[in-house]
Amino acid sequence: MNFSAIKVIYRAEMMRAINTLFQTLASPVISTSLYFIVFGSAIGSRIETIDGVSYGLFIVPGLTMLTILTQSISNASFGIYFPKFSGTIYEILSAPLSFFEALIGYVGAAATKSFIIGVIILLTANFFVDLEIKHPIWMVTFLFLTCISFSLFGFIIGLWADSFEKLQIVPILVITPLVFLGGSFYSISMLPPFWQNVSLFNPVVYLVSGFRWSFFEVSDVNVWTSLSMILIFLAICLGIVSWMFKTGYKLKN
Amino acid sequence: MNTVIEIKNLKKVYDNGFAALNGVNLEIERGEILALLGPNGAGKTSLISAITGIISPTSGSIRVDGFDNVLEYRQARQLIGLVPQELTIGAFDTVWNTVRFSRGLFNRKDDDAYLEQLLKDLSLWDKKDNQLRMLSGGMKRRVLIAKALSHGPQILFLDEPTAGVDVELRKDMWKMIARLRESGVTIILTTHYIEEAEDIADRIGVINDGKILLIEDKDTLMQKLGKKQLVVDLKQAVEQLPTSLSEFDLLVSESGNSLTYTFDASAESTGITKLLSAISQSELQIKDLNTSQSSLEDIFVDLVKKPSTEAN
Repeated sequence: MNFSAIKVIYRAEMMRAINTLFQTLASPVISTSLYFIVFGSAIGSRIETIDGVSYGLFIVPGLTMLTILTQSISNASFGIYFPKFSGTIYEILSAPLSFFEALIGYVGAAATKSFIIGVIILLTANFFVDLEIKHPIWMVTFLFLTCISFSLFGFIIGLWADSFEKLQIVPILVITPLVFLGGSFYSISMLPPFWQNVSLFNPVVYLVSGFRWSFFEVSDVNVWTSLSMILIFLAICLGIVSWMFKTGYKLKN
Repeated sequence: MNTVIEIKNLKKVYDNGFAALNGVNLEIERGEILALLGPNGAGKTSLISAITGIISPTSGSIRVDGFDNVLEYRQARQLIGLVPQELTIGAFDTVWNTVRFSRGLFNRKDDDAYLEQLLKDLSLWDKKDNQLRMLSGGMKRRVLIAKALSHGPQILFLDEPTAGVDVELRKDMWKMIARLRESGVTIILTTHYIEEAEDIADRIGVINDGKILLIEDKDTLMQKLGKKQLVVDLKQAVEQLPTSLSEFDLLVSESGNSLTYTFDASAESTGITKLLSAISQSELQIKDLNTSQSSLEDIFVDLVKKPSTEAN
């Protein structure tokens, strides 16, 4: 293992966030605060409790998921797309390190950043509502697995994209609708039966549901189902990445 | 001398169907400076990219100091440093950080003293805390060289190192190459500046259409392929050549003041003695004699102009 290479890639990627520290930290804090003001206070005060949880509290897990999904994907996809775009990738490709070592460096850094942002959002939320986490270990597990899986997914998008436009398409056209329709701001049980069934095809439903359960013991689907789904998603991403590694997908041809 | 890079029947067809390398066979000797000459699109960069691991070859094999560059890529790549053709470099990193990054990628322990000396040698030391985007093109080129040398490679690839480089940097670069060569580093460079290949290289390879057309010791090459010309200046202009000279392939200048005889310097018999005695027997009087040898550029242009089938 070339640990030295993993370390320098990880450090360089983290430095990129530190150099833009204000942007890295301020944007999730500001957007979370805005969501709380609009949904939590203004609209939320007119919404009754959902499964015994006040609306302001209810949206915390969904809001956190919304941000870390987007952040994981954009961080990881940009992290690998930019060297490809600027040509500096030559250095990674000609260095004595394996694809997986590069992957650990890039995805590890993107996931770390998302994880930190997730924690910052929860801390910010704590200013607006009285947050109580019933299953902290589950909460951290879900947060961690989501950061890793979606950073991996972002890495795949970054490798696949050959233009800035493509880089944006998946987050905007796929992830944002899935997150908004994935029960971030409502319970699936509030939907008509037909749409409840449709929602079960949305992987984000399982993420949000499991994550929410770790806070309030309230969920749309069983927590084990949630865990299985995210592990399946992680496995699929790993499968795609292995295939890319074997074929040298878009990098070496 | 022994072989440090051995390439056998290397082929590369890109996804878009373009065959960039069509069966390259090449042996690079330890410690030599090899210049690869070829027109744009000849396959120079593809060849370098295949050796350094940037692209996967379609078929064929590459061994670097005995290590297969696919199966034993770690050992193989560890030995190699690459200065790419384009100024591909980050923007917000500092010079110092980017050089340390490169060294780290090659699994080498931090060695600030070595890197400091390296930056000083490349006149970069006073710029070490500058952001890369603030540097001029020439300075960026120096940074790329520093990055390539950061892990102390045994083999250095320079892909058109002097493209867009001012005279001063070019001189610095050749000095540096000479120093590296003295320390035993093998250097492979591609260039468009033929006179530079002529100045600096030990051997010269000519590549075109993804094939090595020729690889030869520089001096041998110049001798072997170099046609020589003998120009005979005459005291009085001639209108018509005496019949005794008709057996020689002579070119008479427009003014009739000089005769040009082209011969193969490496041939057993150049025909010069015969020609000169034939001239002295005729009524022509010689004023001056001049010989000139064709430059590497002439050789190069000659080679790539030929269809590759003929050259093989």
